[in-house]
Order: sequence, then structure tokens, then C-alpha cells
Amino acid sequence: MKSTKSTYVSKLVNDLKPSGIRRFFDLAAGMEGVISLGVGEPDFVTPWHVRESAISSLEQGYTSYTPNAGLLELREEIAYYMKSQFDVEYSPKEEIIVTVGASSAIDIAMRTILDPGDEVIVVEPCFVAYVPMVELAGGVAVQVQALKENDFKILPDQLEAVISEKTKAIMLCSPNNPTGTMLSKHELEDIAHLAKKYDLLIVADEIYAELAYDEEYTSMAAIEGMKERTILVSGFSKGFAMTGWRLGFVCSTPEISNAMLKVHQYALMCASTMAQYAAIEALKNGRPEVDEMVKSYRRRRNYIVQSFNEIGLECHNPGGAFYAFPSIKSTGLNSQEFAEQLLLKEGVAVVPGDVFGESGEGHIRCSYATSLEQLQEAVKRIKRFIDSL
Amino acid sequence: MKLTAKEMEIVEILEKDSRVAVEDIAKMVELSVEETKESIKRLEENKVIVKYISIVDWTKVEEHPGVRAMIDVKVTPKRGVGFDEIAERIYRFDEVNSVYLMSGTYDLSVIVEAKSMNEVANFVSQKLSTLDSVLSTTTHFILKKYKHDGIIFEPDNKDKRIVVSP
Ligand SMILES: Cc1ncc(COP(=O)(O)O)c(C=O)c1O
Repeated sequence: MKSTKSTYVSKLVNDLKPSGIRRFFDLAAGMEGVISLGVGEPDFVTPWHVRESAISSLEQGYTSYTPNAGLLELREEIAYYMKSQFDVEYSPKEEIIVTVGASSAIDIAMRTILDPGDEVIVVEPCFVAYVPMVELAGGVAVQVQALKENDFKILPDQLEAVISEKTKAIMLCSPNNPTGTMLSKHELEDIAHLAKKYDLLIVADEIYAELAYDEEYTSMAAIEGMKERTILVSGFSKGFAMTGWRLGFVCSTPEISNAMLKVHQYALMCASTMAQYAAIEALKNGRPEVDEMVKSYRRRRNYIVQSFNEIGLECHNPGGAFYAFPSIKSTGLNSQEFAEQLLLKEGVAVVPGDVFGESGEGHIRCSYATSLEQLQEAVKRIKRFIDSL
Repeated sequence: MKLTAKEMEIVEILEKDSRVAVEDIAKMVELSVEETKESIKRLEENKVIVKYISIVDWTKVEEHPGVRAMIDVKVTPKRGVGFDEIAERIYRFDEVNSVYLMSGTYDLSVIVEAKSMNEVANFVSQKLSTLDSVLSTTTHFILKKYKHDGIIFEPDNKDKRIVVSP
């Protein structure tokens, strides 16, 4: 007789922590009149000419598969873009794969580089998918905490302290979700130095690279000697306001790219064809809109950060992305309590910082990718909430 | 007038929404409220900012009698002054909202606002067509405004994003 399983779900998946974001989504989704600062995507709709080119591709009947690595024309545009924008040269034929969002780029990177038990150092607070993706690929995520007192920048010493025999890679995200912190060229160089010293890869999630407000953006791959040990993850979701298209890309050495392409071709075949046509247009003619969006985010960042500091929520000035990450410690509440009570009492949705890792505790993530009117109203309500405590 | 980067930002903000509070503009452009006020004053004095107006959708106002027409006008230009003289004759009429000199099959594009179609008809037949240099007119009434000076009248502003996402 067959033995009865208690569950059909694998132990690996069973043991994955459910995302803390989910709970807030469920709470907020049922409420009316909520002002949401909880959204991790642009408030802009994809520019019309980009949408139009996808429509046109459909009209012309481009509805079949593309090559596994993506349309060559798109890879050529990506290569040109990476060179002109970030000064890194990648070969369209050998070093670029078009993926289903940065999400799948990170996934195939992890599955490509990790043997069971290999360690990836993950700097938290960070995007909620990093740790699960490392674990799903059979790796072990070793978390280090970027601290508030360092403006959420990880220090080389902290990284060095957790590097072991098993360390394969360091996962970095700059500008960061949820803190908005951007690493300077100099800070990247310090981390690069460690990667070279211990022969590690850097998986650089540069999905927010377009959204840098104060300093010019430096890509990890642009650091001397780092192109060959970087897996650069990027995409169209944030800078080009294309989250729903599910399109990203990953660049690395021919050897790693070739290996990643194996995973990609079996797992996904190729990214969506119409999205790829849209992305070609975005890269060719989308610069004016990107610049406008960046300007608009920057103004809103200035507004929200100053406003938070004024109402008593201490907030560092984030150099990029569209998140402010103020401390709520002065209220005496923890971040879950703060976020939940704020939502229930004032109808403002934010994401409690602890869902991005332990060091996010005591903070809330507030996305300022929403209209100025909404931001003004949100600040008013948050102030009222704090005053009522 | 040469604008500083901050002044440029202020103009851009006000051009989109002239009602943003000075305090909020100050925060956005990282100036003090005083400095922001000074800059705006300078912009106003130099007529970079000409006027603060509202864009009104009169079709929303019940029984509002306004109509708008675009009139293509063919004229004979005059020696020495070209089209300028006749253009001025036309734009001086109160009914006339805009006048443009055009390339193509006619010369002047005239936009007229009036209370009724009848009034436009009267303007065309009695004032415009009777001018010496005017050879012919073709009048088009505007039925509905979708977009005006970059402003979409009934934009789909619905936030289609899910309320909380990673
Ligand atoms: C840091 C970071 N990486 C990756 C992603 C996923 O982006 P994509 O839409 O390209 O899959 C996000 C989205 O929130 C993110 O914040």
C-alpha cells in the first residue's frame, strides 16, 4: 500500500517564509479610500509610443517565440544602452540575456551559480525575493545588516566578517529597495576589492539604476576588473515604467551567460515577444520620458523626506529608487504595529520595514511614486496618527 | 532672462499646477520658502510667468452657451506688410481667440469664441468676410474638446496598481 503523504509540497518550499508584504496587501485591499505608499512600482503608465510599438508588433503578427536570449535587435539596443548610459560594454550575442523581469534574471543567476550548500551573502534590508531565490536554488543565504547609522550602506568589514569557504557571491542592490540608499563609486570599489580578494561573484541588482538623484550612477561592472566577476541584473520595470510587461535582462561573462541561457531556455524559453518589441522602442526613443520621470521622482523625494523629518520621523536622504525609509522608533511602536495601526486608523498603507530583513525593524517603507496631492494627504494623516499616540 | 536650474524647476512645477503651495515648491526644489518666493516674484516680474489661469471645461456647465469655431481664411497679402496687417485687423475683434499664419491651402487660421452658432455666423458674414483682403472663409465648429494645450480633458487617471507590492 502507498503511504499517505502529509503534504505534496516539497520541504524546501514548505519551509520558505511567506512574504510579509502579502499580509498588508490583504489588509489594505479590503479597505476604501486608502492612500497607498506601499506600491513598489512607478505611478507612471508606460509612455504611449512604447505601448504603441507593442500594439503594432501584434498587428504585424509578431506573435511567435523569439530566440532564447531575446530578439537580437533588443540585445543590441541593450548593449548600446549599457555602454552609453553606464559605460559597460557587453556583447549582444554572448553576454546579454533578455529575461522575464529582473526577477527571473536573479532566479536564473542563482540556479546557475549555486551548488547545494553554497553561500550567498545577502545585504539586508533588501528586496523580499533574494533570500527565497537563493534557497530555492539550493544555496544558503547569509544575511548581513546594513545599518541606519551608516545610512543603510554595508561596510566592507561587515561583509568580510561573514565571508567563508563556501561563499560564492555577494548580492547587492543599489539604489536599494527598501532604503533608497545608493552606493558611491568609492564604496563599490571597496566591495569590489573584497570580491577580488576572495574570488567572489557580485550579483548586482541594478534595476533602479536610472533613478539616481544626487550623484551619477556607477555600475558595479564599470569598476576596474569587475566586469568579469559581476552578474548584472537590470530591466525595464522601474526606470521605463514597465512593470507589467515583465521584461528584464542579465549581463555577464560569455561563460556564465551561456550557462544561464541553459536554465533560461528550459525554464522560460524566451521573454514575451510583444514586450520585447516595446522595449526596443523604449530604449530607442524613451529617454525624454525617463528624464521627466526622474525629475518628478526627485522633487517628490525632496518633498517627502523633508516632510517626514518635520513631523518627527527621522529619515535619511535616499539617493535613488522611489522609497523613503523613515525611522518610526520615536513612536515606541514596532514597524508591524505602526503600519497596521496607521492603515486601520488613517487609511495610509506603508510597508513595515521588518519584512525586508531584521535591520529594517523600526522603519517603514514609503513609496513616493504617487501624486503630490496623495503625498501631501498622506503626510497630514501620518502626522495626525503620530500625534494621537 | 536666463533662468537658474532652480528657477527652471519652479517654472516647470507651476506650469503643471499653478496652485502648488510655495512651502511645497520650496521643499521640492530644496530652497527656503523665502528664496522660493523671491524666485517666483522675479519670474513674474520678468513675465516668464505671465498669468495664472484655470483651464475650464465649459461643456460641463449646463446650459453654458459657448461655441468655438476654427475658421480657415484665405487672404491677399499686402505689399510691404505681408499678412501682418490683415492678421491684426482680424485679431482685434473681441470674438477672436487666436490667429495663426499657416502654410498650406489657406493663410490664416482664426479661432473664434461666441455664445452661439448664430453669433459665429454673424461674425463671419458681417465682420470677417467683408474685410477687403479676405478672399474666402471655411468655418469648422468644434464639437468636443479631448485635449487642449497638453491637458487631456477627461484623462483616465485611475491608479491601476495593486495597493501594496514588493
Ligand atoms: C530590488 C528589486 N529587484 C528586482 C525587482 C523585480 O523587478 P522586475 O519587475 O523586473 O521583475 C524589484 C521589484 O520590486 C526590486 O525592487
